[in-house]
Amino acid sequence: MDDFQVMNHCLMIRLPKEIDHHLAGWLCDEADKYLLYQDVYHVVFDFEDTRFMDSSGIGIIVGRYKKVSGLGGKVYILHADRYIRKLLELSGIGKIVEMVEDKDEK
Amino acid sequence: MRNEMELVMDAISTNEGLARVAVAAFVAPLNPTLEELADVKTAVSEAVTNAIIHGYGNVWGYSKHRNLVPPGAERKEGKVTLRCKLEEGILTVEVLDKGVGIEDISKAMEPLYTSKPELDRSGMGFSFMEAFMDDLQVESKPGEGTRITMKKKLACGPWIGREE
Repeated sequence: MDDFQVMNHCLMIRLPKEIDHHLAGWLCDEADKYLLYQDVYHVVFDFEDTRFMDSSGIGIIVGRYKKVSGLGGKVYILHADRYIRKLLELSGIGKIVEMVEDKDEK
Repeated sequence: MRNEMELVMDAISTNEGLARVAVAAFVAPLNPTLEELADVKTAVSEAVTNAIIHGYGNVWGYSKHRNLVPPGAERKEGKVTLRCKLEEGILTVEVLDKGVGIEDISKAMEPLYTSKPELDRSGMGFSFMEAFMDDLQVESKPGEGTRITMKKKLACGPWIGREE
């Protein structure tokens, strides 16, 4: 599965174009397999391809955060556009995740 | 401009995307901003997802490759109705289901509250609907179903950028 990659104890998840309840269960299950069976401390959510997200996406991030934060792991957010950042801020998880800024931000 | 539409869908997760795209296409003639479009799509997605997961109890989504419904879990039958109305630049969206209904509406609307904490749901559904639409009404009777009515004024002049 090329959407999931482990590098330097980081699980990199390349998120799909649309994140809603339809795919959320599958994303959580896949991510949790990596968290359980591989040497992973941190999770990176890459929103590069993502054009839509609803509160299901927040649930995915919070759920993974709960799993890694107990062991000192962090959750990073990559390539979030303005809309996704607005959702993260609104739900208050902007405070618990590390937002990685784009250099070529418009 | 005045326009109305009604869409009746099976209560399965595939139709969340359908509902969003339908509403986006419905408001397109008003030439809404991308921001308004994203707001409406998110709010509709939340309402339809609630009807599917909570109203009818179809908590399982489907993956790209395979059906994620675990063995033994049944797909529950039910319909979600999406009604949209455009009148003088105001979009009214109704999402109706004939599912279990909500016992305590104000509790359900609390941010971060979810009746299914085992599911990795954020509990932000109603909060997002409230934040992204101008008006939100929830009517529900336990055992009979739920009606969500949301309103938003569209195309109200040039949009001023949100401060970063």
